[in-house]
Amino acid sequence: MNIVTQQSASGAEILLRALKEQGVEVIFGYPGGAVLPIYDALFQQNAIRHILVRHEQAAVHAAEGYARSTGKTGVVLVTSGPGATNAVTGLVDALMDSIPLVCLTGQVPTHLIGNDAFQEADTTGITRQATKHNYLVKRAEDLARIVHEAFHVAKTGRPGPVLVDLPKDILINPAPYTEAAKGPHRSYRPRIEPDATRIADAVALIKGARRPVLYTGGGVINAGPEAAQLLTEFAGLVGAPVTSTLMGLGAFPAANPQFLGMLGMHGTYEANLAMHGCDVMLNLGARFDDRVTGRLNAFAPGSKKIHVDIDPSNINKNVIVDIPIVADARAALRALIDAWKSDPTRQDHAALAHWWQRIESWRRKDSLKYTQSLSPGAVIKPQHAIKRLWEMTRERDTFVTTEVGQHQMWAAQHYRFEKPNRWMTSGGLGTMGYGLPAAVGVQTAYPNALVIDIAGEASILMNIQELGTLAQYRLPVKIFILNNEYMGMVRQWQELLHGGRYSESYSAALPDFVKLAESFHAVGLRAKTIDDLDPVIAEMIATDRPVIADICVDPRENCFPMIPSGAAHNEMILGPEHEDEAAGITDEGLVLV
Amino acid sequence: MNAIMQESLRAATISVLVENESGVLARVIGLFSGRGYNIDSLTVAPVDDDRRRSRITIVATGTEMVIEQIKAQLDRLVPVYRVADLSREGPHLARELALIKVVGAGEKRAEALRLADAFRARVIDATTESFVFELTGATDKLDAFLDLMRPLGLIEISRTGVAAIARGTRTI
Repeated sequence: MNIVTQQSASGAEILLRALKEQGVEVIFGYPGGAVLPIYDALFQQNAIRHILVRHEQAAVHAAEGYARSTGKTGVVLVTSGPGATNAVTGLVDALMDSIPLVCLTGQVPTHLIGNDAFQEADTTGITRQATKHNYLVKRAEDLARIVHEAFHVAKTGRPGPVLVDLPKDILINPAPYTEAAKGPHRSYRPRIEPDATRIADAVALIKGARRPVLYTGGGVINAGPEAAQLLTEFAGLVGAPVTSTLMGLGAFPAANPQFLGMLGMHGTYEANLAMHGCDVMLNLGARFDDRVTGRLNAFAPGSKKIHVDIDPSNINKNVIVDIPIVADARAALRALIDAWKSDPTRQDHAALAHWWQRIESWRRKDSLKYTQSLSPGAVIKPQHAIKRLWEMTRERDTFVTTEVGQHQMWAAQHYRFEKPNRWMTSGGLGTMGYGLPAAVGVQTAYPNALVIDIAGEASILMNIQELGTLAQYRLPVKIFILNNEYMGMVRQWQELLHGGRYSESYSAALPDFVKLAESFHAVGLRAKTIDDLDPVIAEMIATDRPVIADICVDPRENCFPMIPSGAAHNEMILGPEHEDEAAGITDEGLVLV
Repeated sequence: MNAIMQESLRAATISVLVENESGVLARVIGLFSGRGYNIDSLTVAPVDDDRRRSRITIVATGTEMVIEQIKAQLDRLVPVYRVADLSREGPHLARELALIKVVGAGEKRAEALRLADAFRARVIDATTESFVFELTGATDKLDAFLDLMRPLGLIEISRTGVAAIARGTRTI
């Protein structure tokens, strides 16, 4: 056996050295037996900050919030067994939404693996389908290489969570250090640059379009702020309407007159009808999700479709497209702009003007409208609460996270985002309890920014323990609860699809959120009527501490417009403000979620 | 229900060259179970000197859209070097091996031996009341032989699944 010299670094020290080389500044984590060597090494250095969360799921969401607001890779550190299993929901959330994370998990010593040891779980087995890739470090000499590789895999191509499982003996025993590899990976080589011929074909198709639409998604955000600028430039050249998925909000400025708002199940009338009626669709970094397409065989009938996606497995997965382009959104937009400028073909401006006339007629329907009584004592409409929140914070560089449900959709509809990386929401997985820990991550990255978690009273309770994290690190996150005393989206579906039988959707035995805030050293505020709304928002913004603002809203309000599951874009249900449209929910739709 | 589902099914023979790291087979299999694809056959073994790379041969049935999805999903796995759809990339050879145990006596036993000879199956074990045949060939040849053996005392089968390679000078 080799005698270890004094100079040799332990695996834990080598791990931290690799993290530093990767530019890691902050880790979100929770200690435990298997990761004690890492915590010991963290204690003895100052380069990497550790944020102690109150539950491992929250560590992952916090890292997601950090990653989405900064464009960097989020880092999670949890212990073996329950530490790892608690992280699984967050990992799947990051996988579905393509968020770059590296999750470090402790593991029992290599000689105990497979023995059902205390706090042992088959972490790589459990998380194989929950990560983009995962590793079990079995030899000290692989440790540094695997950590570097994990960051490379997490951030490149379609981003996603990568897990590294670290047996305790690997962390304690000496390990050699290796620097990050410079050359390409042996087997993993994502395609970034688009095929020039396909770009030329795409430009020709768009130039010949009479009714073009740009449908943009989270891929534009993931491609970095430059991609968002290029999107605005390209949209300006084309003159086409732009609609965004939930994940893509902020990539195109909401104030731009070409923006039609969000599309899909709770998208605007004009966005969905533009999708339905277009003759050429350019999908940039979106994946034809079922929440966006509605019934597939009625999706944008007769249109030619161009799909730019960095992940080849997204091409022709749900919708067959005419021109697939595998590329990073930034590289594709750059190439599209260059090809557009060098192509001498002229657009049919008369057709485009006619298309905009139709879009304006749909816009005039004002599908997001609601009626808010301003008379004293009037009940607050949730849409109005979001609208006022936006109006009172729009002058600041505000970051918004959400939980999942009606409040999330109202936030997507009524809060308007002008820049990318300002909107953090759980899209693909739809994880209730996402918003508060995500806000922890955002506020950690931007200590002086206004960070608001738009929440529902049911969702917020799923990770409410993170109020402790806010207090410990003096993170002045504002939790803006639209409290309708129901799991609102469940209640809405029960009203519309299940005969008004509100099975288990009432939020009984709620805490007093004001007192709850106070017990966690935060400030609690409450708005009971319309008279309280603006003062509460103003006080919330002015308070330099964590705040829970409990906004009591109309419990019967539903989120419209709505495309029922299994319906087409032109079968949208509009709200009670619009009585002429009736839409059918089919039996097939009822089995969908 | 829609055009996609009415599309005809095809069996694709897909060769996948992978880094021979722990969990790589579980990753491939998990992909099929997680996304509801059907595997007809799957074989795997290291194929280079230092056993760093393995070749997985998968026979899967699906619509064209599903087969394309399978290939794309396989290709994005980190330890995957290359995915080749042998059934689409030109002529290829596909073989599997079966060990077949037939128990019987008298005329049935003699008939089993005659048929084995006709199929060029080798006898690799024999007792006074049994044979074990070794047969190599395309899947349909093995199927045909097994059908013939059933009434003649077939009691056990072990098949390897398909190994496949392109004809001519092409490589994966």
